[in-house]
Formats: sequence, structure tokens, C-alpha cells
Amino acid sequence: MSGRPQRELLCQGNEAVVEGSLAAGVRFFGGYPITPSTEIAEILSVELPKVGGTFIQMEDEIAGIGSCLGASLSGAKSMTATSGPGFSLMQELIGFGCIAEIPMVIVNVMRYGPSTGLPTSPSQGDVMQARWGTHGDHPIIVLTAASVLEAFHMTVKAFNFSEKYRIPVILLLDEVVGHMREKVLLPADEEVQVVNRVKPEIPPDWYKPYEVTNTGVPPMASFGEGYRYHVTGLVHDEMGFPTQVKSEVTASTDRLFDKITRGFADICITDSYQTDDAELIVVAYGSVARSAREAVDQLREKGHKAGLFQITTLWPFPRTSLENTAKVARMMVVVEMNRGQIYREVWRVSRGRWTVHKVSGTDGEMIAPQMIVDAVKEYGQWR
Amino acid sequence: MRVELRLAGYGGQGLITAAVILAEAAGLYMGREVVQTQSYGPEARGGSSKADVIISDSRINYPKARHLDVLLALTQEACDKYFQNLKEGGTLLIDETYVTVSPTPQAYVIPARKTVREVFGKDTFINTVALGALAELVEELDHQAVKKALSSRVPPKTLDDNLKAFELGVNLGRKAKDAPPLKPADADL
Repeated sequence: MSGRPQRELLCQGNEAVVEGSLAAGVRFFGGYPITPSTEIAEILSVELPKVGGTFIQMEDEIAGIGSCLGASLSGAKSMTATSGPGFSLMQELIGFGCIAEIPMVIVNVMRYGPSTGLPTSPSQGDVMQARWGTHGDHPIIVLTAASVLEAFHMTVKAFNFSEKYRIPVILLLDEVVGHMREKVLLPADEEVQVVNRVKPEIPPDWYKPYEVTNTGVPPMASFGEGYRYHVTGLVHDEMGFPTQVKSEVTASTDRLFDKITRGFADICITDSYQTDDAELIVVAYGSVARSAREAVDQLREKGHKAGLFQITTLWPFPRTSLENTAKVARMMVVVEMNRGQIYREVWRVSRGRWTVHKVSGTDGEMIAPQMIVDAVKEYGQWR
Repeated sequence: MRVELRLAGYGGQGLITAAVILAEAAGLYMGREVVQTQSYGPEARGGSSKADVIISDSRINYPKARHLDVLLALTQEACDKYFQNLKEGGTLLIDETYVTVSPTPQAYVIPARKTVREVFGKDTFINTVALGALAELVEELDHQAVKKALSSRVPPKTLDDNLKAFELGVNLGRKAKDAPPLKPADADL
């Protein structure tokens, strides 16, 4: 693609995902449109052919993610986009992507669930599903965004992480961010840092597709380049063939986790606002972080030492960043459009060092700042 | 400067498109910060639909409108539901066909649907007429900016009709502005 210049535009979150994916070099989209993610498929169906890429509307979401895995194995950066019902269908093949170490990006613009739920209303109910929806012990990277510009940058990050660590990366947006329009200044393509998968530099005969390397991430050959290798969902050895040898089984699973653990500092993205002296920390992510930020401003105006810890990388959970931010905190209030999914993580990390409360939005509406301020007052000491 | 606008009616009236055009006008052609959000039901058309635009000189956190400076209501239901969110002295713009009972004598009433039916023989441009009226009635909106945004957003083959509808709206807005306040009895139109 000839590089696009820096540009200012009024842009929807879903459009920003498309812009980010193109900046990161997406060349394949396979999926099945669903509200509130439809614009991503709609726009890419027009834009991908222009850059020599491929768009396929498959018969369902299972086939959609399957086509992405295949396209990625052939070297094309691949993406699918969906919402709750489609995300449920994709779970099995997310696991295949994890064990076969196939880079790809899955965008889930969350709507109210379960099942068909409220198709056009926001929710953050898929946080735990994104972490544990596919079976078995597996690592995963899940990113989120609170603004249209963040949706752009996190899409780029999602591609970069998936290529760097050879893992499916989930971009977990909510309906508010997906459909909201903001004025954004998108960077020129040449300003965007793009990471591509490491390819083997040795002859095909020497290639071990799942070799243990010092980064923990084996070089990845594209199908069709002369490197013949076996891809399977079975636990496999360095050559990609099934194994039940105890040492090989443990080593292979350990490596899947180790490559992510080693990248923790790189992967965990968080932001802190007014937290240096904060005795109360509001924890939020996605669109709700915007309400939380305003609530913090309101609390500060009343003289309360409040701050915001905004989580952008939901999984792996940014435990260290939270601990470092919470040096003087006595209380945390976790705000999310579910009944308390990240709340449990914050509580787990707290180990009694601070009290943890939650504000849950479960009515299909975005949580307003006043609801947070009121809840904080109710939890005491902040009147 | 902070202005919160809500455009509410039913799906199919083009209110989200109108809100996007307002946001683009304010953001790209007037240099403001702007956030546009919407909510609507799962129906393809016919369900209730609302679109919010917040225009500000500073960072906008919470993206939904709460204290409305401007409410455009194109159904009685939307008018009744969101009038309570309109600030004291805020601008209420209603269409005489869709909203038959005004909650306040201070409302601006325009015959948008009647006009588009007469001029174009269909309802299609009612959102553009409303845009023109808003541009006239809301002092923070710049006519030229709204017109530019309108021109860049609509399909080229409808541009002339859209610009015509916009001017019709400006005139209806001007007439509504000059009209005396509704008498309490007239508020029940």
C-alpha cells in the first residue's frame, strides 16, 4: 500500500479499527457481520481489495475464524470481527490458534448478553470469556480501548503482539467505543510502528517449526514458500507432530506461557491519572474509563484524593502496574458494565492491602460519572 | 464553550446521519472537540432512535449528552421522553406533524415534514431540513461549516436536493425564531 499521510477526520471506533488494521498491514478478513461490529466487515470489504488483500464473508463465525487461521499460515495478516454470539462460536478455534501459534486478531465489539441479548446496547460481559472461553490451560492477550484514537492504536498493537508472540490477540471493545465518533488525527502510515513475524533463515530441510528459541517464539514459515510442516491442534513436538512424551508435553505448554510471561512489560498497557497521592483509585477500562475519569475530576473538586487506573491490556492482567500505582491507596472501586469480572482480579491482587468495591452497570446503558461518584460516597469515608 | 445536542425520533428519519454531519461540521470545520454517540433498538427501521452530539472547547470525557442545550424531537414520544433533559432556556425544535403537543410554549415549531412532502414529494430530506433549522437556531453552529459537512457526507447525486432542503430548513428556522411564543393553549398544537 502506498503510505497514507497524516489525516484529521471524524471517525467511528469501528472505522478506526479498520484504519489501524490497514496501517498494521492486514491482508485478510474472514467473518460474518454482526451488530455492533458490522462496520468493520463492511468497510474492509471495500478497502482490502484495494491493497491486494482478500475479504470473505463466510457462512458463519466458525468458518470466519477458520479462514483467518488458514490465511495467516500462508503469511497474510488476518483479522475477524464479531460480537457476543459470534465470539461464542469462535472459541474452539481460538484454542487452535493458541496451540498452533498462529497470529491473528479477533475483534469483539461487546454487546449486552448472553445469547442475542440486547444487540445494540453496550456491555463488558465478555471479559472472562475472552480469557477462558476456549478450553484448556492457555495464554491469551486481550486489549481494549476507551476512545476512537485508542481503538486505532490498540488495533495496531494487537497485530504487532500477535506477530511478535505468535498468538491470537483479542481486541475487546464495547458498543460505545465501536459506534462513537470523535475527531482524530491519524498518523501517517510511515509513522506507525509495525512488527512482522520472524521467518526462518535456514534451508527448508533444517526447519523445525516449533523449535525452542531464546525468545520462546519459533520463526514461522509461510505455506507455499517451500517449508513443509505439520500444523495440528494436538500437543506436538518441535517438528509439529503429535506427541504424548511427558517431557515434550510439559515443555510445549510451558513454552506457550513463557513467551507471554517474558513479554509482560511489553504487553501490559495501563494508564494512571491523578494517582500519585490517591487514597481512592477508580479502576476502569473501555468506554467506562471516560466516565471514571470525569468522576475522579468531580471527586477531586470536592477535595477527595481520587485517581484513575485505566486498564488497556486486560489479559494478562497488569498486576504489577496496579500494585505500583496503588502505593498509598486504601480503597479501590472497580467500575464495569458487568457484574464484576475485573473486580475479582483487583480483589485477588489486593491481598488485603486495600478494600475493593464494585460499581456494576447491568441495564444496557453506559455507566454515567454520577453513578460512580454516588457509589464512592456510599462506600464511606468520602462524604 | 460546551453544547450538548440530542436528535431524537424513530429509525429511518436520518437522525444519526444528521448528527454525524453536525459533528463533522463542529470538529473539522469549526475546530472544536466533538463526540457523537447514538442509541437505537434492534429494528432496521421504525424503532426509537436518538443521536447525541457534544461540542466543546476542551476534552470530552463522558460521551453521552446529559444536560441538553438543544433537543430536536421528531416524534411525540421522543419529545416527551427527553424534554426533561433539556436545560432551562434550552432550544427545543419540533416538527408540527410528528409532535402535536409541545411541553413548553418556548418551542420552535417547524413544518418540516409538510415542506419536504410538498417540495420533494417524499420524506427523505426531513433530516436535512432539520439541519438547516438547527444551523439557524443554534448560535454556536456555523452555517457554512454545516453546509460543507453536509456536502461531503451526502451521495453526490443528491447534493443539489440536499442543499435545497438545507436552505428550506434555514428559512423555516428563521420563521420559527421570529414567531411569537406559543400561547399556552397553542402549545397543544
